[in-house]
Amino acid sequence: MQVLAIFIPIIAAILLPFLFKQVRAIHTGWFVLLVPLILLGYYLTFVKQTINGQSVVATMEWIPSLDISFTSYLDGLSILFSILITGIGSLVVLYSIFYLDQTKEQLHNFYIYLLMFMTAMLGVVQSDHVITLYLFWELTSISSFLLIGYWFNRDKSRFGALKSMMITVAGGLMMLGGFVLLSLMGGTFSIRELIVQAPSIVTHDYFVLALVLILLGAFTKSAQFPFYIWLPDAMEAPTPVSAYLHSATMVKAGIYLVARFTPIFALSEVWVWLVAGIGLLTLLWGSLFASKQTDLKGILAFSTVSQLGLIMSLLGVAAMAFHVEDAAGTIFKYAGFAAIFHLINHATFKGSLFMIAGIVDHETGTRDIRKLGGLMSLMPVSFTVALIGSFSMAGLPPFNGFLSKEMFLTGMLSVKEFDLFNFETFGVLFPILAWIASVFTFVYSFYFVFKTFTGKLQAEKLPKKPHEAPIGMLVSPVILASLVVVVFFIPNIVGDLFVKPAVAAIQPFLYDSPDEVDIAVQAWHGFKPEFWMTVGIVAAGLLLFALLPKWQKIYRVIPEWLSLNRLYDFIMNTVLDTAMERFSSLYMTESIRKYLTYMFAAIVSIVIGTLFFKDAFSLSFENVSPIALYDVTLLIVLVIGTLTTLFAKSRITAIIGLGAVGYTVALFFVIFNAPDLALTQLVIETISVALFLMAFYHLPKLGRVEERMRFQVGRALIAFGVGAMVTLLALSAHSQKLVESISGYYKETVYSLAGGGNIVNVILVDYRGFDTLFEITVLAIAGMGIYAMIKLRLSRKEKSNENK
Amino acid sequence: MRTNNLILQFTSKFVFFIIFFFAVHIFFAGHYTPGGGFVGGLLMSSALVLLVIAYDLKTVQMILPVNYMYMTAIGLILALGTAAFPMFVGKPFFTHFYDYFHLPLIGKTSLHTAALFDLGVFLVVVGVTMTIIQTIGEDE
Repeated sequence: MQVLAIFIPIIAAILLPFLFKQVRAIHTGWFVLLVPLILLGYYLTFVKQTINGQSVVATMEWIPSLDISFTSYLDGLSILFSILITGIGSLVVLYSIFYLDQTKEQLHNFYIYLLMFMTAMLGVVQSDHVITLYLFWELTSISSFLLIGYWFNRDKSRFGALKSMMITVAGGLMMLGGFVLLSLMGGTFSIRELIVQAPSIVTHDYFVLALVLILLGAFTKSAQFPFYIWLPDAMEAPTPVSAYLHSATMVKAGIYLVARFTPIFALSEVWVWLVAGIGLLTLLWGSLFASKQTDLKGILAFSTVSQLGLIMSLLGVAAMAFHVEDAAGTIFKYAGFAAIFHLINHATFKGSLFMIAGIVDHETGTRDIRKLGGLMSLMPVSFTVALIGSFSMAGLPPFNGFLSKEMFLTGMLSVKEFDLFNFETFGVLFPILAWIASVFTFVYSFYFVFKTFTGKLQAEKLPKKPHEAPIGMLVSPVILASLVVVVFFIPNIVGDLFVKPAVAAIQPFLYDSPDEVDIAVQAWHGFKPEFWMTVGIVAAGLLLFALLPKWQKIYRVIPEWLSLNRLYDFIMNTVLDTAMERFSSLYMTESIRKYLTYMFAAIVSIVIGTLFFKDAFSLSFENVSPIALYDVTLLIVLVIGTLTTLFAKSRITAIIGLGAVGYTVALFFVIFNAPDLALTQLVIETISVALFLMAFYHLPKLGRVEERMRFQVGRALIAFGVGAMVTLLALSAHSQKLVESISGYYKETVYSLAGGGNIVNVILVDYRGFDTLFEITVLAIAGMGIYAMIKLRLSRKEKSNENK
Repeated sequence: MRTNNLILQFTSKFVFFIIFFFAVHIFFAGHYTPGGGFVGGLLMSSALVLLVIAYDLKTVQMILPVNYMYMTAIGLILALGTAAFPMFVGKPFFTHFYDYFHLPLIGKTSLHTAALFDLGVFLVVVGVTMTIIQTIGEDE
């Protein structure tokens, strides 16, 4: 059941096209809504186990022979993510019901992708098996690709979709490499078992390589510097998708991965530096560039990048706890808690902000912040929600962002006291950079809400007359916004229920059970450095926000060509597209004769080369059957047929000559007691002659040039080579039996195992059924290919006729 | 130019059925004696090709209004389904089952899931061959 629950969304997706087409009166989203709601209820029942530090495991075998299975492992961390996925998922689906129009949109596609994503994401956070984890991981990339490109007739959507997939899938492949290395080191695919073996894995030669590879996967997915560039372009997706995938869930998969693997990798210096350092850099970078954006969703995208960096850096600091003695009693205990706590808070406030951005877009027709303003009186509810979300993001009380921001500062201050890995010299940078980033976070939070909702209304610039959104659309953001407030007042209940179990799962060496996590969240903890830092942030933030129009111009000074986006474009367009195309057009000349030349030349050189270098040729005439008169006769016919084909002046003679060759070969099969082959050969010959005759009409006329085709030495050599190769190979194969022939085995088992009598056919359908399956698949593809090719040409012809 | 195909048309009416039933026979006989889905399918297509040559594509399509693309797809699904079915009862992919039954009229006979797979092969072969011939033939 537990494993099946992962697959419920994707199974439910099968029904959607029918529901969408048959039940037009009801918005398809209402049916979809049931899925995450039911799953949310299901996962909530596990909370009473996880708060005691227990975990629930269920396994479903998939490929037992390769030791691959679907293993759902629910501990504090997985259950927190599962609840986020289904909880935010429910709200997003509810929101999308009012955002997407039943009559205008291809809703079934949208919801199928969304449910596919849900399955993939649940799989990522629950899989204990690294290979299936990777499988689900790539499935999230694919469903994200489909969702970003949902409005596929827009150029930007397609570009953004491709960009996100290129970057995340590339990272995913790196991660797969890391997983493979890791499982080779530990001798198991299970993450839990790998964690147990962590002390011995750390000393392995490839440990750091595996670490870096897995981090690449996490960093690309979680949009860390310098891979974040896909996230702003992913904003072309419908807003519910942005709220769900690109702020609350999918981009947190990297965070999840880092958290999950912390017990293994935290012992490494590289890990601490990379995770904390890159996280901090991303935090700063994202916050600096968020105020540059003019698109509402662009601001949110950069702010998401920045917040993800914040959580990431906290996880890096949390890894320091593994190097400190008795960390559970020192200041180092806060970082892990802050990371998880902020992750929850970020999901609530960023989700609501994205929904508000969607509402603004929906009701005014634009997301360009330069055209917006003065919406406060027109959209009071949206304004309130946006205010709550932004203040929480800025880290102001009484909202949950304040609490986790304070803890974040505590975590960053703790870095100062860490005296390993050169942190005694560089550690002081952490609180400073964190403070600067927080100031800019404050600025862009205010920029987002006040530029949109206050100031002067520019009604003439808006494509639509702005008005408040319908109630249904407001429900979800209001729920999220109220959570933002509620969490502020009951932080410790949230902490006990969700945060502590997850922290215990990340830091199993520190805590045996969630109860031992001795942290109480409080809004007021005296005049400590954190407090003064917050005061400084607010003061500096307000000042900078007030002066924003003055210094926003600085962004324009930074040359465009320096940006990472340019690098991506360069790699994609110049290196991969133009250069590669030029390279392949060197040999892809669109001439089938050329291609055949390549193929045959390659076969001949490889096979004869092998024969020669391995000294494999041998000749013996033992056990050869005597040559009878009819063998010779058939051979003569064969040769004459071949020569006729070769030298025929008209094509029809050539076809008949070819047919003669085929039928003669069939007769050979008859002589050598292979009735199945003979039968098949006969029929094939018949049909191919018929096909030739049919296609005859289309073949180009044998022109004069063709008739007096020059004798080409190269081609003659290749032809001769192929003949020689086949002859040599046949003689060698006959002369030496390195391994015993398999036919004995077939003879013995054809009745006992396969219950058949005709070995040839039993081989086809049973012994080597896989081959047949793939062959008929290829056959079907070829058939469809020919169909498409000719039909397309036909319709083009018709079109050009119309044009005349 | 109209050619007089009377003799060809008349004989193919009979020969078609002979090849047709031979193809069916070959298909079913495949497990014990020479034959099988592949040859059976080819024979069946050759019977159809004969009709196409004797008459023309339009007439044949009128007599047998079959969408050969669908036929290919059904064949593939059948083959894949037969191969995948054992997974749902806890056996490895592509396990075949067979047993002996007493059927009315025929008597004691063996039934194989392999035959279902072979039927898939048969359908794909007929479907693809006919798709190719039809599309090339129509394009004139």
